[in-house]
Amino acid sequence: MTRQKLKAKMPQIVINLVVILAMVLWIVPTLGLLITSFRPASDVVYSGWWTVLTSPLKFTQYTVENYRMVLSSGGMSTAFRNSFVITIGGTVIPVFLAALAAFGLSKLHFRGRGFFYALIVFMLVVPTQMTFIPVLRLYNKLSLSGTFVGLWLVHTGYGLPFSIFMLHSFFQGLPDELFEAAYIDGASLWTSFIRLAIPLSVPALASLVIFQFLFVWNDLLVALIYLGGHESVAPLTMRLSSLVGSFGQDWHLLTAAAFVSMVVPLIVFFSLQQYFVRGLLGGAVKG
Amino acid sequence: MKSMKRKIGVFTPLLYVGPAVLFLLVYQVYPALQTVYLSFLDRRSQSFVGLENYKYVFTSPTMLRAFKNNLLWLVLFTAGTVGLGLLFAILVDRVRYERIAKSIIFMPMAISFVGAGVVWKFMYAYKPTDAQQIGLLNQILVVLGFEPKGWLLESPLNNLALIVVGLWIWTGYCMVILSAAYKGIPKELLEAGQVDGANDWQVFRHIIVPEMRPALTMVTTTMLVNVLKIFDIIYVMTNGNFGTEVIANRMFKEMFQFANTGRASAIAVVLFVMIIPIMYANIRQKLKGEGAR
Repeated sequence: MTRQKLKAKMPQIVINLVVILAMVLWIVPTLGLLITSFRPASDVVYSGWWTVLTSPLKFTQYTVENYRMVLSSGGMSTAFRNSFVITIGGTVIPVFLAALAAFGLSKLHFRGRGFFYALIVFMLVVPTQMTFIPVLRLYNKLSLSGTFVGLWLVHTGYGLPFSIFMLHSFFQGLPDELFEAAYIDGASLWTSFIRLAIPLSVPALASLVIFQFLFVWNDLLVALIYLGGHESVAPLTMRLSSLVGSFGQDWHLLTAAAFVSMVVPLIVFFSLQQYFVRGLLGGAVKG
Repeated sequence: MKSMKRKIGVFTPLLYVGPAVLFLLVYQVYPALQTVYLSFLDRRSQSFVGLENYKYVFTSPTMLRAFKNNLLWLVLFTAGTVGLGLLFAILVDRVRYERIAKSIIFMPMAISFVGAGVVWKFMYAYKPTDAQQIGLLNQILVVLGFEPKGWLLESPLNNLALIVVGLWIWTGYCMVILSAAYKGIPKELLEAGQVDGANDWQVFRHIIVPEMRPALTMVTTTMLVNVLKIFDIIYVMTNGNFGTEVIANRMFKEMFQFANTGRASAIAVVLFVMIIPIMYANIRQKLKGEGAR
């Protein structure tokens, strides 16, 4: 036997098997949900979703009735609108303020900026749980609980440390000479922020926007804390989790509702995956 | 050089940094300090009770149960996500359909934990033995000749079932970050190992792991913090019933169900203290990475 053969090499076939098995394990649960959401209630109760796989193209076994139900009486259409309103404000405000702050911290030379930066980095450590009770009390006093504005501001407060951290490291990479040249050409600070820093950081901003968008869209806990039981302002995640309680075993409705809550993030994910990954890496390993 | 720098006063930087700092003071600094203070007061924050709330946190059976479960999560979830993430990161690099494989495994990161909770609650759906199963896992058990199981009802099985959901969500995140780090290892280094007659395991142990240490630290610490704060999955799937309580759920319940501000604050403080050292390691790693750029 040669030395070569003694080596423990993982054969290509084993690698393929493991990867394909992983892909199946990761896709099957979502597939089951998707199929079930299009099956009539009577079928869902009496047979497993996998039974359609024997004749997947028999279209008479599918229905959109479940979606019609959850969007009308299930309140998912209101929740859908609420999710959009909450997420847009909860993304635009923190990203804009973070860009301002990151620009100030990386491109302006002023006393105390080291301290401010350290403060922001330290805030990454504080779990949001540490803030719930006092902020909620403040909100009750100011009548901000149960409002979209209140939720926008709270997502801003919670999203800022990470956003500033990420944009700061990006702005640091922009050469100072560029901004000095702009100064010599007579550009105001605001102009060099809007016309220079922002356009140059579009990739980083895009990553951050997608990241924050998905984060806010998928948030449950913050909404539960600050929206109270107000159905009229509840986002999809909150509505869905209360349907889990009320629909219980009505899987045809629950699966449809779950898919309604997933469709936007899935579109964002599959169309903008590169930016999303870059955003993750921006906050993690630096390239 | 100095003369080319813009002259700015004290006021201008405030316009840029001020709004963010104001937000941080209102939403983080002040509330965090206030929470520490509240943790020493009674349920209505009226009188000082000393360490009474902390005594509850560390001695009551419900809290001990939550700590025990969180510890189980801590070990299995962290080892599982980082381990599988690393395995997938290395294996997908060697197949031709790498992009699609990564997309599929990473996909659960895009959807909400609530959505993922419903997905898996359906996977775990339970019907009595004589009825037709509609949950895939119980169907598999029945086909193999076993009794169907109440995956989310029986302790400690339900904790494992919940951890699996966590793995399904977070493994993709670990894989994506570790994959980027893996691709950053110089090819010559891996080849040199093979030329020297090392087998796959030795290359992994002595070249890949040390080279990927910064990314592994980053990912592991991120998972540890996640697991300490884990909430949504449990809230949606069992609401902490049947012995599946965790720390973050306990805090939520103390806050809303029992309206006990003192205890809820003490739980938050304990959570914070547990997170500090992990986040310290995490941020140090991130800042190091930034310096190296």
